[in-house]
Amino acid sequence: MARTPQTLFDKVWQRHEVIAESAATPAVLYIDLHLVHEVTSPQAFALLRERGLTVRRPERTLATMDHSTPTLTAQVFGGAPIAIDSAARQVRELEANCAAFGVELLGLKHAERGIVHVIGPELGLTQPGKTVVCGDSHTSTHGALGALAFGIGTTEVGHVLATQCLLQRKPRTLAVNVRGGLAAGVTAKDLILASIGRLGVAGGTGHVIEYRGDTIAGLDMDERMTVCNMSIEAGARAGLIAPDETTYAYLKGRPRAPQGAAWERSLEQWRQLPTDAGARFDSEVELDAAAVEPMITYGTNPGMAIPIGGQIPRHPEDPAFGRALAYMGLEPGAPIKDQPVNVVFLGSCTNARLSDLRGAARVLRGRRIAPGLSMLVVPGSQQVKRAAEAEGLDRVFLDAGAEWRESGCSMCLGMNGDTVARGQYSVSTSNRNFEGRQGAGARTLLASPLTAAASAVRGRVTDPRELL
Amino acid sequence: MAALTTLTSRTVVMPAANIDTDQIIPARFLTTTTRAGLGAQLFADWRYDPSGVPRPEFVLNRPEAQGCRILIAGDNFGCGSSREHAPWALLDYGIRAVISTRFADIFASNALKNGLLPVVVPAATNQWLLERPGTELTLDVEAGTLLRPDGVAVSFPLEPFARHCLLAGVDELGFLLGQRSAIDRFERRA
Repeated sequence: MARTPQTLFDKVWQRHEVIAESAATPAVLYIDLHLVHEVTSPQAFALLRERGLTVRRPERTLATMDHSTPTLTAQVFGGAPIAIDSAARQVRELEANCAAFGVELLGLKHAERGIVHVIGPELGLTQPGKTVVCGDSHTSTHGALGALAFGIGTTEVGHVLATQCLLQRKPRTLAVNVRGGLAAGVTAKDLILASIGRLGVAGGTGHVIEYRGDTIAGLDMDERMTVCNMSIEAGARAGLIAPDETTYAYLKGRPRAPQGAAWERSLEQWRQLPTDAGARFDSEVELDAAAVEPMITYGTNPGMAIPIGGQIPRHPEDPAFGRALAYMGLEPGAPIKDQPVNVVFLGSCTNARLSDLRGAARVLRGRRIAPGLSMLVVPGSQQVKRAAEAEGLDRVFLDAGAEWRESGCSMCLGMNGDTVARGQYSVSTSNRNFEGRQGAGARTLLASPLTAAASAVRGRVTDPRELL
Repeated sequence: MAALTTLTSRTVVMPAANIDTDQIIPARFLTTTTRAGLGAQLFADWRYDPSGVPRPEFVLNRPEAQGCRILIAGDNFGCGSSREHAPWALLDYGIRAVISTRFADIFASNALKNGLLPVVVPAATNQWLLERPGTELTLDVEAGTLLRPDGVAVSFPLEPFARHCLLAGVDELGFLLGQRSAIDRFERRA
């Protein structure tokens, strides 16, 4: 009898079922890789202590620090104390917990430290077909390599530490089929903002998205990670892209990827993972990539995005919409282009990999950021930082008048000292434009690295195609 | 986790859709290493002005909201970050159940693991509740029903294992730890 065609998600899920779900109980799902950071783990380690438990599989667990850590060199490498006392305590507590429970830590001064979702793929730890979890919603990033990767809460962090398993109901599947080529000046960030605009911020709730089609197959790994990263902004549990030759070329030779004969064996297994012809998704959405323009958000959730040449919509009947625009200080019907900007942030797990920095540098080379504007460039990892410096990108940013920092989550979320002041406008390459996300009262416009760099040069929201 | 079998309370209403976890508890309060005391920062940027003075117009600062244990919210409550600090803050403040037409997946999962009940109701029911702040409701976890004061009962879905844990006041970890031999077998096979 022919096997029922399966989706990539179905295959990964099935291979990790320790116990399948029943009416009474969720599935017990085995977790291959658990990434831990300083903000969502202290209470989980405390739970282990309370119950006298150990970490079941320290070798499947890797910790780093990124969320509350400073990005100023002196605070990272010494010379100045970490400015926020409570953040310094979190750093010390993670160090103590990792030492006590035997978990490997890429600590504050480590050469391989970085944003947790940047370093997993970079080290070759994130691999096709793995289950990957982390106490962070942007864990969906790792799905770009064909891993089933999703964010969990701190109680679940404790569950995985103690048992290497999670209790999970099986999500539904949603195919986002993307066809056509992206135009010049249009990036993966624009594509995912357009997708979220289409799906809505809750359109993916209860689902795992698989991004499919020739557009997706044509993206490089950095771009695929940008797409999968923001799956959660459509409410999805995870985002997946089938592994292919691009994936294997990216992974080959990375320090923690399989080597030698193990590589060949892995490759053989990975090639079985892509969705079978005829497999059914619970729902499907079609997207024309060729029609996507540089996108920017104008409101207070990532679904409130428009093409950069467009006008802010009018929804006079919707009080929440009115509230969002009041918070943003923007008018319905107005163009978003030429909106004055105070701050530009190039960073985050969405857009702080080497190709993102290269893209922004292409716009900034030989130019200066606008007078009065401040721009922060925060590489996604210390390895990205060194690679960027090796090709002189740091000089491009510094010569343009931007700041060049140590890696971390930085201005994506206002908890590490890097914030946008009340009332100020920030064009940010991060993933969330929620009220107060970048600091109390901060007004965030999400966009691509190209748009962010172009807006930095002009001091106003700028279509990057005018400067490329 | 404290057991939850039935809950009777007046409601407090926040009609906005897409109330995200950055609103429920802003990131700057996440540098804590415990789960205690976050209720003071619940909805901090809506609840207090920049100098820290309570905004009298914000719903939780009104006298009639005091003691309410059920929050009625617009669609897609708890979207955004995976921070469990969101349900911790709601519980520490005194909220024991949130009613909406939809919850973000991670928020709902986190809520149930802490004894905070996410109640999904049809749009018409939610609208009825949004229009009537202060309504006294009874939630029956075992039956999965919401009882309105006019006698109308509305059933709501609840994942069976989560229901079991809520009623018994136990968390999931005990169950998972009990699966050790199955996990051992899985690891040997893999």
